[in-house]
Amino acid sequence: MFELLGVPPQALFGQLFLGLINGAFYALLSLGLAVIFGMLNVINFAHGAQYMMGAFGAWVLLKYVGIPYWGALVIVPVIVGALGVVLERLLLSRLYHLDHLYGLLLTFGLAIIFEGIARYAFGASGVSYENPIPGGVNLGFMFLPWYRAWVIVFSLAVCLGTWLMIEKTKLGSYLRAAVERPDLVQAMGINVPLMITLTYGFGVALAALAGVLAAPVYSVTPKIGAEIIIVVFAVVVIGGMGSILGSVVTGFGLGMVEGLTKVFYPEASNIVIFVIMAIVLIARPAGLFGTAK
Amino acid sequence: MKSREVLIGLLILAGLLVAPTAIYPVFLMKVLCFALFACAFNLLIGYVGLLSFGHAMFFGFAAYIAGHTIKVLGWPTELGLAAATATAALMGLAVGLIAIRRQGIYFAMVTLALSQMVFFFCLQSKFTGGEDGIQAIPRRPVFGVIDIQNDITLYYFVLAIFVAGFLLIYRTIHSPFGQVLKAIRENEPRAISLGYRIDHYKLLAFVLSAGLAGLAGATKVLVFQLASLTDVQWQMSGEVVLMTLVGGMGTVLGPVVGAAVIISMQNYLKGLGEWVLVIQGLIFVITVLVFRRGVVGEIWAAMTRRKPESGPPA
Repeated sequence: MFELLGVPPQALFGQLFLGLINGAFYALLSLGLAVIFGMLNVINFAHGAQYMMGAFGAWVLLKYVGIPYWGALVIVPVIVGALGVVLERLLLSRLYHLDHLYGLLLTFGLAIIFEGIARYAFGASGVSYENPIPGGVNLGFMFLPWYRAWVIVFSLAVCLGTWLMIEKTKLGSYLRAAVERPDLVQAMGINVPLMITLTYGFGVALAALAGVLAAPVYSVTPKIGAEIIIVVFAVVVIGGMGSILGSVVTGFGLGMVEGLTKVFYPEASNIVIFVIMAIVLIARPAGLFGTAK
Repeated sequence: MKSREVLIGLLILAGLLVAPTAIYPVFLMKVLCFALFACAFNLLIGYVGLLSFGHAMFFGFAAYIAGHTIKVLGWPTELGLAAATATAALMGLAVGLIAIRRQGIYFAMVTLALSQMVFFFCLQSKFTGGEDGIQAIPRRPVFGVIDIQNDITLYYFVLAIFVAGFLLIYRTIHSPFGQVLKAIRENEPRAISLGYRIDHYKLLAFVLSAGLAGLAGATKVLVFQLASLTDVQWQMSGEVVLMTLVGGMGTVLGPVVGAAVIISMQNYLKGLGEWVLVIQGLIFVITVLVFRRGVVGEIWAAMTRRKPESGPPA
């Protein structure tokens, strides 16, 4: 068996691939954060909790209603997104005239409420979700499980679709205009508050979709949301929230860096993204794809 | 210092001096440690407008340093506290240099991410004892003479530390340096245009806040004789935000009141398990929506409404 950089290729490609999976979730979540931030000027701290709700939602649908994975992939984001719409209308919309920090504090409070409820309902150790596409294919240099391939392809498609919608459609042009000058867009007869609400709902639905995708890969526990959101914040700081494609590229890239670190220096794999964040902040404070603000 | 403020301060101090006769001293000490922690945090959010979402890294890491120096290296108590405070201040310098490159929400995200890095470091390092933490940290006599084995004596030592830290923050806020900090909070571009090197001011405030948060964490180690991962987790950063928010951001006494409220609440609700988290979240949401000035801020607003000639809380 040959070796690559002193590591067996099975381990190297295996970890790289796992990194790509993590990267898919970082990309989906930072994409949602960026979409919400662009429109609402709010950093949605509850994003991780909504991802966690997505994962538990899939499990509840399977266990109590008997709806399989493919149904959950559609239903759960719609339900969690609708919940997001309610939250935006009832709570978040009252804070737009204040400092952005209050939006962060409010969504932080929501995040710990959701986590507390999940712990009460499902227990701290969580549940596991059965893999809907078992098996895989041996590529010679590594074993490729079907489900993981699906996660990567599907999340790339969702990211691309979101980018196309925002950059190439009429609705997207309204959105981009409303980010720049909400007052002017409103004056032209477009319902900006409705757009804001739907944008938040869409961003939250993306988080829930990531949660459903993640359920068969990781064990589903109440704390997965808080754990991933902190890393995603670092990803967002590294990439900058200026561009949609930027956050997608950064997400996948950092996932792979994390995977590589697991191969060569496993002790540092938890902190490598934070170290990169510190370096980026020193070298290029606005982030890799961001504009100075 | 206005005479009314002195009077309020002396009354509170007198209350704290006799408090251990009526209230369990360990509970009081816990409140004092968190009150100092929240005051240190408030120096940033209330007076510079910087929301640090990672202050647990200073609080918790200083606790480990105090535990390690006192238990493993056998240092005297006062030296252990000093080493912990100095370490936290140095961390504050390093973190501050990175974090003040971004403002507002980004500042919060950067501090949160860096504190998570410190958490993973503590989780994996040998000297922190991993999941077990550092346990049974001895209470050595302070300066070799004051025996702090007894909870009541220790209480007065903790009270002295708290009062010293509180007065330092009070003095800072009311100094010319503090005025510049408030100018930065109110209008950063204008402070720059007036020729202030705002990054230096922000960094110094950050170091001071980190050092005092560290002192609070190290003092807590004396009380509970334990340094653990709980103190360095992101939840702890959230708790100090909550205390300051509930008490009143940007008020001198707010963080103290907030710490007392939240610690009492945790004490009374211990039996409720997971619901404590939900209740804390609800308090966050309600405070942000309808009660943004916090307890002390609302009281102050009510008082000044009656007497319009007096100024806003300094």
